[in-house]
Amino acid sequence: MFSLQEIKKSGIAAIWFMFLTFPIMVIRVNPLERTIQWRWENMLYVGIGVFAFSFLWREMLRRKEMGLKKKMQEDGSEKPGFLQKAAENPRLILPALGLVMGIALLFPHLVNPYQISIMTLALIYVVLGLGLNIVVGQAGLLNLGYVAFFAVGAYTYALLNKHFGLGFWACLPIGAGMAALFGILLALPILRLRGDYLAIVTLGFGEITRIVLENWGKFSGGPIGIRGIPRPDFFGMSFSLSEAIMYIYYLMIAAVILTIFVINRLQNSRLGRAWVALREDEIACQAMGIDKAKVKLSAFALGATWAGMAGVIFAGYNTYINPKSFTFMESVIILSIVVLGGMGSILGVVLGGLIMILLPEYLREVGHYRMLIFGAAMIIMMVFRPQGLIQSKRKAYEFQEDKGAA
Amino acid sequence: MEQFLEYFLSGLTRGSIYALIALGYTMVYGIIGLINFAHGEIYMIGAFTALIVATALTFLGFPPLAILLLAALAAVIWASAYGFTIEKVAYKPLRGAQRLSPLISAIGMSIFLQNYVMLAQTSDFLRFPALIPDFKWLAPWSHIMSTSRFTILVTAAAAMIFLTLLIKYTRTGKAMRATSQDREMALLVGVNVDRVISSTFIIGSALAAIGGLLIASHVGQINYYVGFIAGLKAFTAAVLGGIGSIPGAVLGGLILGWTESFATGYVSSEYEDVFAFGLLVLILILRPSGILGKNTAQKV
Repeated sequence: MFSLQEIKKSGIAAIWFMFLTFPIMVIRVNPLERTIQWRWENMLYVGIGVFAFSFLWREMLRRKEMGLKKKMQEDGSEKPGFLQKAAENPRLILPALGLVMGIALLFPHLVNPYQISIMTLALIYVVLGLGLNIVVGQAGLLNLGYVAFFAVGAYTYALLNKHFGLGFWACLPIGAGMAALFGILLALPILRLRGDYLAIVTLGFGEITRIVLENWGKFSGGPIGIRGIPRPDFFGMSFSLSEAIMYIYYLMIAAVILTIFVINRLQNSRLGRAWVALREDEIACQAMGIDKAKVKLSAFALGATWAGMAGVIFAGYNTYINPKSFTFMESVIILSIVVLGGMGSILGVVLGGLIMILLPEYLREVGHYRMLIFGAAMIIMMVFRPQGLIQSKRKAYEFQEDKGAA
Repeated sequence: MEQFLEYFLSGLTRGSIYALIALGYTMVYGIIGLINFAHGEIYMIGAFTALIVATALTFLGFPPLAILLLAALAAVIWASAYGFTIEKVAYKPLRGAQRLSPLISAIGMSIFLQNYVMLAQTSDFLRFPALIPDFKWLAPWSHIMSTSRFTILVTAAAAMIFLTLLIKYTRTGKAMRATSQDREMALLVGVNVDRVISSTFIIGSALAAIGGLLIASHVGQINYYVGFIAGLKAFTAAVLGGIGSIPGAVLGGLILGWTESFATGYVSSEYEDVFAFGLLVLILILRPSGILGKNTAQKV
């Protein structure tokens, strides 16, 4: 591992990165005082850091390649990783599920309200991730404007409450329905588009929604947004602040369970299989008699429904919304949840959502560096495990030769 | 009429910058089919490098023309180096992985680079030094054609002509076209595909750096976040024209620039993006693969 050649390679990498980061890391100009600050020590840090890291990088790449080769030798089937094996072992599923549920139920009694609140936010993103997973993971339609549906749900609750005094529970289905309607409205004109064209149009749709919310002050309150949205109630009972935080947490747990249940049922339904067919091959899918338009529309509408629901809960959770919560970056984060977790895999998306939201929160300790680490973690994750945390496994029917026939 | 001409020219200026950045997107997409989300960040790093070098040289008392040339050179060199490195680190290990993985890696790279520049430099807006001297002979038209606008138009046109010639007549250009048509076949006839991909990133990054330098000196200030929005717009332009098509990127950039400029002038600046994306949706409904995109029927 530490042969002369390896050292030479790392040395070259270190020198290259020292050159690369020279203008940005070393020189700092101050236009007001007309001074130049030379920070040569940074160059040293970059050199040492890259030198050490490049050993690790190459070693990990080598391991990944070896893993791939091993997979190829064994009858072409994928070798499941530790998580994957654990997730598929039927003897482990029930106890594990019980354990997770127990922790989830006890969690708010063990930590302070701030932690509960962050966990609730993470759960909201889990629902968003699961919803987007329908569109991207299962139907294979890249949607970069998913946050627009989230916004539709949140604003539906905020506005209906402000103007008509409707409560949380009345708005939950309305918000979900409105989002679904928007999903269909968006999907109708773009049924013909494919792949990246679809991505950019959905991106544009998300941006248009945000810009309209920001500038149509009379309707949406403009950049200031809407404040004073009531927290969810429980059959007219109202709570103290700490009780309400706990209540929303349990509400989100219920929402996540409901989402997982419905999506799990959908996955193996006629519609779910039609989505997979659409993702794998559009033409073959049509040839099999699947109505492409209907399947695409239903994917968009169902995906949007969950976002709308999450949006209503988000408005109740935050009691305050403004367009800043619905930027393109949010769409990107939700998409990253899906891809990091493993496209199409429910457990993967749940884990992905928790990691993507909790990691930056707990990285607050390292202050300014958290987004830097976050970005780097995304790259490293994709380079060394592009299939995500947990790879989705499709139900496959194996062809068995009929022994009776001649 | 005067007003119309003003909007027309301002749209042309904006559009040619979008086109310069869109070219990088479209070239990378044409060769490896990846939306390079970090491309906007390359543009930002190009602008930052130019700013740092130019400001430092000003304090050291260099003559203006030398500063301009050295700053432009530094921007191009470092932006290309970043483009080259990004491909090696974040995309090359992902070849052959499923389609969305490099996209996420690119988004991660974009977040990383933004924060890297913010931490190493500053999160405030920095004033970009006025590098381009006023041309005396432009004075009679100065109310519609400022010096920086003129420079942008001429430089952008020169860069595009250079790129067209490069792709049409050089060996590298030929290899690029071959790779974008069929990578495996290109490999079989002896094209060094790795090198072609690297040079695509280098050329695209150099164009983005020129765009960054031009717009930064036109607008007069930059911060670490400028690349994100510019990248988004340029990506829109590339898709509008038909992603993968080089004349398409230029056309898309110009159309986008004009749309925004006229929308700002005649309607309201708040809704310029709504018009831009609205136009995109409209064009894609009528022509699902962009204005100049090849609308090939998929063969089974």
